[in-house]
Amino acid sequence: MLDVRDLHVYYGEIHALKGISFRVAQGEIVTLLGNNGAGKTTTLKTLSGLLAPRRGDVLLNGASLAGAPPHGIVLKGITHVPEGRRIFNRLTVLENIEMGAYTRSDRGIAEDMERVFAIFPRLKERRAQVAGTLSGGEQQMLAIGRALMAKPRLLLLDEPSMGLAPVLVEQIFETVQAINRQGVTILLVEQNAAMALSIAGRGYVLETGEIALSGAAADLAGNPEVRRAYLGEA
Amino acid sequence: MDFPLLIGIFPQVLLDGLILGFMYALIALGYTMVYGVLEFINFAHSEIFVVGAFVGVEILLTLQAAGLLEIFSPFLVLLVVLLLGMLASGLLAVTVERVAYRPLRGAPRLIPLISAIGVSFFLQDAVRLVESIWRNAFNLVYPTMDTLNIRYSFTETLDVSVKSLVVIVASLLMLWGLHALVNRTKIGKAIRAVAEDQATASLMGINVNRMISLTFLIGGAMGGAAGVLFGVQYSLINPYTGFIPGLKAFTAAVLGGIGNIPGAMLGGLVLGLLEAFAASYLSLLTGGAFGAEYKDIFAFSILILILIFRPKGLLGEVVRERA
Ligand SMILES: Nc1ncnc2c1ncn2[C@@H]1O[C@H](COP(=O)(O)OP(=O)(O)OP(=O)(O)O)[C@@H](O)[C@H]1O
Ligand SMILES: [Mg+2]
Repeated sequence: MLDVRDLHVYYGEIHALKGISFRVAQGEIVTLLGNNGAGKTTTLKTLSGLLAPRRGDVLLNGASLAGAPPHGIVLKGITHVPEGRRIFNRLTVLENIEMGAYTRSDRGIAEDMERVFAIFPRLKERRAQVAGTLSGGEQQMLAIGRALMAKPRLLLLDEPSMGLAPVLVEQIFETVQAINRQGVTILLVEQNAAMALSIAGRGYVLETGEIALSGAAADLAGNPEVRRAYLGEA
Repeated sequence: MDFPLLIGIFPQVLLDGLILGFMYALIALGYTMVYGVLEFINFAHSEIFVVGAFVGVEILLTLQAAGLLEIFSPFLVLLVVLLLGMLASGLLAVTVERVAYRPLRGAPRLIPLISAIGVSFFLQDAVRLVESIWRNAFNLVYPTMDTLNIRYSFTETLDVSVKSLVVIVASLLMLWGLHALVNRTKIGKAIRAVAEDQATASLMGINVNRMISLTFLIGGAMGGAAGVLFGVQYSLINPYTGFIPGLKAFTAAVLGGIGNIPGAMLGGLVLGLLEAFAASYLSLLTGGAFGAEYKDIFAFSILILILIFRPKGLLGEVVRERA
């Protein structure tokens, strides 16, 4: 479904992505691993149109996304949950969720909202509360719930486990799997490599703007290099 | 001190203050909404206001010249004038953003500010030029309509003209309408989302540029409405009329907490009331030592005091930002 070809992205003079290529097939969970500053966030921002590549192309079901603005890319079925959650602090929980459904005007919105509340009952309890007062974990739930409201076909998740307690990390990853089972393709950026590899089918390892390794998640998890660099083995 | 007099004039002063305050509030909305989405002070907003006033006076003068002014219900006439004034000012504000601000979006902060000042001068002189050619005069007087000048005396010291009531009712309706728009409609929520975080708003599928245009349209329309109401209430306008109300409305926006919409409304009312009370009571309370001409000094001293204790304004955001 997603075909990334030789992507080069710059911040001014900084060459952040140096020609990366990868694919994500319909229905997969693919994870993108890498150390701080490897270029994971840059990759997702380029896919969602927040950054423009200087070279290379992104194809969605064969059609190029080049030049499409972020709001146009949402309409094509790609939704990006940004790093650090980025919920609207001054809007209520419910308003945040409504903004997730901004592109839609069909009758299914109320039903989908109930579905999000079923996944994250906490959000329902707090729906009238200003979102800036939620706890970090609740904010992550809101960020994911909000993204689901757009009914994405491809969900880009940037470090959904960041800063969460282990129990919550567990819950977020289970939710990601459940969302995937409902037919949403997932590209998951994570620092928590063990967790990511446990739910992903395939993975790519980014190192300073280049793809260093790729393969089935199980193979990557068994790869000595990966174990040393990302799974904390000596 | 003449206590009965002090108390007796109170309702009238309150009324004057409210009218002035509503005017400031309507104008302040344009400053604060634009600041909300772009973090930029639209110094040309006072001229957006003036253009509304001129569109209003032109329609009324044209109707008068055609002998039509007293034929229709004055309320209907005013409604049409108000709507056209809002439309003109709103579209002008959108155009100004497209032409003078959007190309400078990535530039250092001072640059669009300079551009705004340039637009401000340009619009002042454009209005003056057009009116000079068209009417050979640029100091214009709003035509009076008999019904609007009827005054009802409630007490010895309080009498209210119909036009004052019209101004108050129209302002209230507009402030309420704007509040509902911003808080209850999808578009209003999207404007607030863009004000908070443009990049993330675009990830929701919101077209950020369109929301910015819409913000200028709405803020401009409020300014245009204020322009028409200003003309109706105070009669005399010229191309430079916008300066003082604009400055005060900007102050009101800061007082309420720049970027905060209810804050602009509150700030406008507070400033209008302070000014009206200072104008009427200063000389009475100081035995004539300070006259009404000190009203601004008094009002602004209080503003400074408020801002010393609440630097973010009366309703300024103190939202916890969490990582
Ligand atoms: N706005 C920016 N301006 C300049 N350089 C940037 C900017 N954003 C990122 N970079 C640089 O681009 C490189 C890739 O950054 P990116 O945010 O994509 O890393 P990441 O893999 O997401 O890291 P992390 O795990 O810390 O989130 C880094 O070297 C970073 O310093
Ligand atoms: Mg990152």
